[in-house]
Amino acid sequence: MRFPSSLRGALRILTSTNVNYRFRDLLAIEPLSADEITFILDQSKPFQEIQRNPLKKLATLRGKTVALAFFENSTRTRLSFGTAAARLGADTMNLQAEASSLKKGETLLDTANNLNAMKPDCFVMRHASSGAADFVARHLEIPVVNAGDGTHEHPSQGLLDAMTIRDRKGSLNNLNITILGDIAHSRVARSNIHLLGKFGCRFTLCGPAMWVPRELEHIGPPGTPIRCVYRVEEALEDADVIIVLRVQTERLHEPSLSQNDYILLYQLNAGRMKLAKPDALILHPGPINRGTEITPDVADGPRSAVLEQVTNGVSVRMAILYLLMAGATEGEHPALEGKAAPQPKESAHASD
Amino acid sequence: MSAAEIDRTLQRLAHQIVEKSGGTRNLALIGIRRRGVPLAQRIARAMRGIDGVEVPVGTLDITLYRDDLSKVAPQAVLQSSHIAFPVDSMDLVLVDDVLYTGRTIRAAMNGLFDLGRPKRVSLCVLIDRGHREMPIEAQYTGRTVQTSDTEIIEVRLHEIDNEERVVLVDRVEA
Repeated sequence: MRFPSSLRGALRILTSTNVNYRFRDLLAIEPLSADEITFILDQSKPFQEIQRNPLKKLATLRGKTVALAFFENSTRTRLSFGTAAARLGADTMNLQAEASSLKKGETLLDTANNLNAMKPDCFVMRHASSGAADFVARHLEIPVVNAGDGTHEHPSQGLLDAMTIRDRKGSLNNLNITILGDIAHSRVARSNIHLLGKFGCRFTLCGPAMWVPRELEHIGPPGTPIRCVYRVEEALEDADVIIVLRVQTERLHEPSLSQNDYILLYQLNAGRMKLAKPDALILHPGPINRGTEITPDVADGPRSAVLEQVTNGVSVRMAILYLLMAGATEGEHPALEGKAAPQPKESAHASD
Repeated sequence: MSAAEIDRTLQRLAHQIVEKSGGTRNLALIGIRRRGVPLAQRIARAMRGIDGVEVPVGTLDITLYRDDLSKVAPQAVLQSSHIAFPVDSMDLVLVDDVLYTGRTIRAAMNGLFDLGRPKRVSLCVLIDRGHREMPIEAQYTGRTVQTSDTEIIEVRLHEIDNEERVVLVDRVEA
């Protein structure tokens, strides 16, 4: 049986003591409400505690299998989802781009159907094309998790960034967020803006003009204050959180901008950090190009939370897998019973 | 069971635990969420009256350790566990409101052993209602009640429920 994609949103379940949400898939941050996001972050807390236990392995998802289908290369995200699955007691099946039959010309849907025929209970996928996870989710009955699709979204990264910010700042509300780098091509930036925009944050996007087009001022939730600036000094002023994106050095020579020019104009260094708030927090989704977008002393300094992000990544992904897979009964998914949540609106995918 | 009866029972359980443990040294209480938590705190308060010593109290959410997660819908909302002391070499007393099948305690022990290797684990419950499905018994029992499968023991504590009593009710078919 195929579920119409309109039924794949979240279902709100009210119990006597708690609000509980069931999710069918995790494809994007954009369709989620602030309450749903808060729920996922709250449910990640117990998993954060488990990372501190001497024995970190649970049997909660024993006997279940998570397919990790990485059509595009990834080290951190794949390891993080793999670790999350292992700590919940689930098994994983791995597909890696370089070793896959994609090279032999198999279509995305054929590959997904073949993996699905091995009966995983959840499908975690990364793909170079925006909208690829949405597309696969329309064809598979099992929950699909988007681990990054083209320049569209990277929802688990958005959630782990939010968790890190909430832990350090106490709340997500009304923060000044500065994002530095190649924002036009960044799915991380999009997920961050969609998520933090729902909590009233204000955004300053900064980088070379070809990476920070003015259209980006309209990508957030309606009414979200987003401004694009081209001087890093201006961007850092009053920042509560600075998200530094990786400079994809392969993109640096596209238009004429040398690595040295980028360092000179946009690198986050100790001198520039003085312009931000004294307690400004620095995030980076990794992998870091030390000495290019950020200096080592700043990346490793007390305001940097980059390794906390990595630790929180496992906690958030455990929560995602738990919420999507635990409690799912044979046959109908509980999120499909009764009235479904309103259909997440079809997001405008940037073609990659 | 009235509020006064609950209070007297907890006082007695506190005395029994201290007596059987030979004092409060290395002793800690672990309340199982949700209603085991206020019970553990009240027993700790009673112990302070006996020994003048603050016995550490931890809380444990067993949701992730349940063996029926794949059958239960809607799943429980996860709560935090807070055990702010090392459990290694400790004399731990698990505290819960009702002992029934024993599966909750099985799950709680799995959770505890992920935190370390306690020297001893014992179990203290307010009500033992029988119908065990696991080889688990309580060392400290407030009251043993004969029940049938169709009955429910409702423990209501003022910290959570704004009232204080234990009642036996018939399950109402929804």
